[in-house]
Amino acid sequence: MIPGVDGFMYPNEVELQWSLLIVLYPYITGLVAGAFILASLERVFKVEAVRPTYRLALLTALAFLLVAPLPLQLHLGHPERSIEMYLTPHRSSAMAMFGFVYLWYLTVVLLLEIWLEFRADIVRMAQTTKGLTRLVYKALTLGSENLSPAARRIDDKVGYAVTVIGIPSAFLLHGYVGFIFGSIKANPWWSSPLMPIVFLFSAMVSGIATVLLLYMASMKVKKMAIDMRCLDTIAKYLFYTFVIDFTLEMLDLIHRTYEADESFRSLDFMVHTRLWGSQVILQILLGTLVPLVLLAANQLWTFSEAKRRAMYVIACGLTLVGIFAMRWNVVIGGQLFSKSFLGYTTYKVEFAAREGLLAASALMLLPFVIFIVLVKLLPPWPERETT
Amino acid sequence: MVLRRFLRDSGHLVRPAIVLLAAMGLFLVVRSAVIPKAFGQYGHYRPGALDAIRARPISFAGQDTCVACHDEQAKVRAAGKHAHVACEACHGPLAKHADDPTANVPKRPEVANLCRRCHEKDAAKPQGFPQVATVEHSAGMACNSCHQPHNPHL
Amino acid sequence: MDISRRDLFTMGGKLLVLASVGASLEQITGAAPPTDAYRMAEHWWGMIIDVDKCIGCGNCARACSRENNVPSGYFRTWVERYEIEEGRPPHVESPNGALDGFPPSKREDVKSFYVPKLCNQCADSPCVQVCPVGATFVSPDGVVLVDETYCLGCRYCVQACPYGCRYLHPDKNTVDKCTLCYHRITKGLTTACCESCPTGARQLVDFKDPKDPVHEFLRHNKVQVLKPYMATQAKVYYKNLDGAVR
Repeated sequence: MIPGVDGFMYPNEVELQWSLLIVLYPYITGLVAGAFILASLERVFKVEAVRPTYRLALLTALAFLLVAPLPLQLHLGHPERSIEMYLTPHRSSAMAMFGFVYLWYLTVVLLLEIWLEFRADIVRMAQTTKGLTRLVYKALTLGSENLSPAARRIDDKVGYAVTVIGIPSAFLLHGYVGFIFGSIKANPWWSSPLMPIVFLFSAMVSGIATVLLLYMASMKVKKMAIDMRCLDTIAKYLFYTFVIDFTLEMLDLIHRTYEADESFRSLDFMVHTRLWGSQVILQILLGTLVPLVLLAANQLWTFSEAKRRAMYVIACGLTLVGIFAMRWNVVIGGQLFSKSFLGYTTYKVEFAAREGLLAASALMLLPFVIFIVLVKLLPPWPERETT
Repeated sequence: MVLRRFLRDSGHLVRPAIVLLAAMGLFLVVRSAVIPKAFGQYGHYRPGALDAIRARPISFAGQDTCVACHDEQAKVRAAGKHAHVACEACHGPLAKHADDPTANVPKRPEVANLCRRCHEKDAAKPQGFPQVATVEHSAGMACNSCHQPHNPHL
Repeated sequence: MDISRRDLFTMGGKLLVLASVGASLEQITGAAPPTDAYRMAEHWWGMIIDVDKCIGCGNCARACSRENNVPSGYFRTWVERYEIEEGRPPHVESPNGALDGFPPSKREDVKSFYVPKLCNQCADSPCVQVCPVGATFVSPDGVVLVDETYCLGCRYCVQACPYGCRYLHPDKNTVDKCTLCYHRITKGLTTACCESCPTGARQLVDFKDPKDPVHEFLRHNKVQVLKPYMATQAKVYYKNLDGAVR
């Protein structure tokens, strides 16, 4: 009767409310949280092997964090009113606190840590460059050029403290995004106390994979040698996190199947039809099992460097596709079935519309543009360039 | 001496703190300036919204308004099965007519569709409700050639 | 980095802040407080629906649409027809929300009936709970309303409503829903849907009015709210609601 609708939808349910852009939102926020947690591996947990990616991970987190609110902004019916979230935040709303969590994470954690980490380079640049560039670096020093060993020691201590605060903050940032979905009791596909923690671990998986790929790409562009010990260590951590993530997701699936509550028939049918490609094929088979096998193989056997690199690239690439599919299945899947459990609707991505494929692609490219600018501004590999 | 050196070497940390505090201060100033008046008076919302919603125009005048003028029709209707059917249930929204009866003269309802909407036989209708398969019942004859809509009993 | 510092205040850039400051200033010059006899504290609105009286004529949906200028394709109230064959999942339809009534039922050998739907005016409303800014709220007289000058259009409330009663107004870009004809009931009129219901299947009620028939109704009938397990304290009560209705 209604095109795209099978069975019965409440009449206002036919149209999806949260589009592709809202898929990007948890995806990008997840990359931020994941990249930051990888950075903290070196700083707090003293995993020396991942040192080469420490600064890269921080800049990756910042590049994605700056873009994170944009898909939300673009999706709003009235973007110009978004400041109301700060003016009159509704305390009972899981969404209202996002702005504050975001600002906290951006300013107190990420910017501060990056500033402390790069301060020596900033001051050096401010002293050696000329013209407009010099002005930029001058501003970034915030007017202090104190690089005495004592000052650097204090920086290091404060930086450590910020990272320690940063880990729960990163957990908060993304666990919180999961709670936005997990706390909707009207929607059985979302409503689950596991949602924040599943979001968290999938965030770590996607963030680690992104940094690994960006590290390899940067080294390629810079024509620098890849530190294989670093790569292997990151891959190992990726494998561990991925196992936990997959376990949690399967736990959720098994729990739903076993309990088989009122919504189960409807959701089960949806997974076998409308979500078959994106959930079973992309998310679980290609996006989880294949990378897991590749990463596990590296834990069991030793391959040549070239083979390992290739395996890591494939595993991380597929991981990113898989996690994107996971966000898609949560956000879009949660709106394809009727809350009457009697029917299904269809989501068709538009191309040039405000919430279409074009806008989404641009938003997905933007963090990489920002990343390139940040890397130009604050080169994360100063040891080899300056010494 | 030690304290002074410590203060000098951590002095640069005061700067981001100042930037942050200045930003927070600015936020509080902007917030107090632009937050809607009386927000939170009854709950976490703008009380002005209640008045704005109340001020929306009315389309259905309501039973009492119709009957105030059309008391004859009301008397006829009160004697029959349609006693509890409001005028505008069949005649449509007529607040404009009530505001200015001469300028806004309502059209007569289209009987053919009007009656069938309620009285066409259907399995999902409550069993006690009077309903007919119009094709068999009247074979295309207008309902009001036999029934008076205000009191349909023959 | 100082550019990012400036982002402290805005998720979308400076222009947006300026625009919203302008928008909010406009809201300050709101309407004057009501000076009429209506006292919000003396009412607690809801509705009772007698499923056995609904004939599926669609008068309520049409009246609502005309009273409230409901945009085409969206519904503040609608009627569903359930056809339930023993031991099978129900077959439900609501063609165009019953704005044009229903086509004839195809089967006579199954249980079938009509169910009118509208916002349940929940007292513990999940939609109000999730609104990030306070643009939707339960009024002091118990009606769930949307402030269309304050709504962001984030649609979190649409997701949170278990009953599918909310939509994004395509022209206003803000969320819209049944207001229980707040502009009418605060003037002593009934809602447009109740006014135009020919069988009295739906009735506006005021729980705070001791003389309201709702008290008799609740005492003498077996009633149910939709999806009671959602625990939303819905104030739309259905008499003789079939267990299959969702």
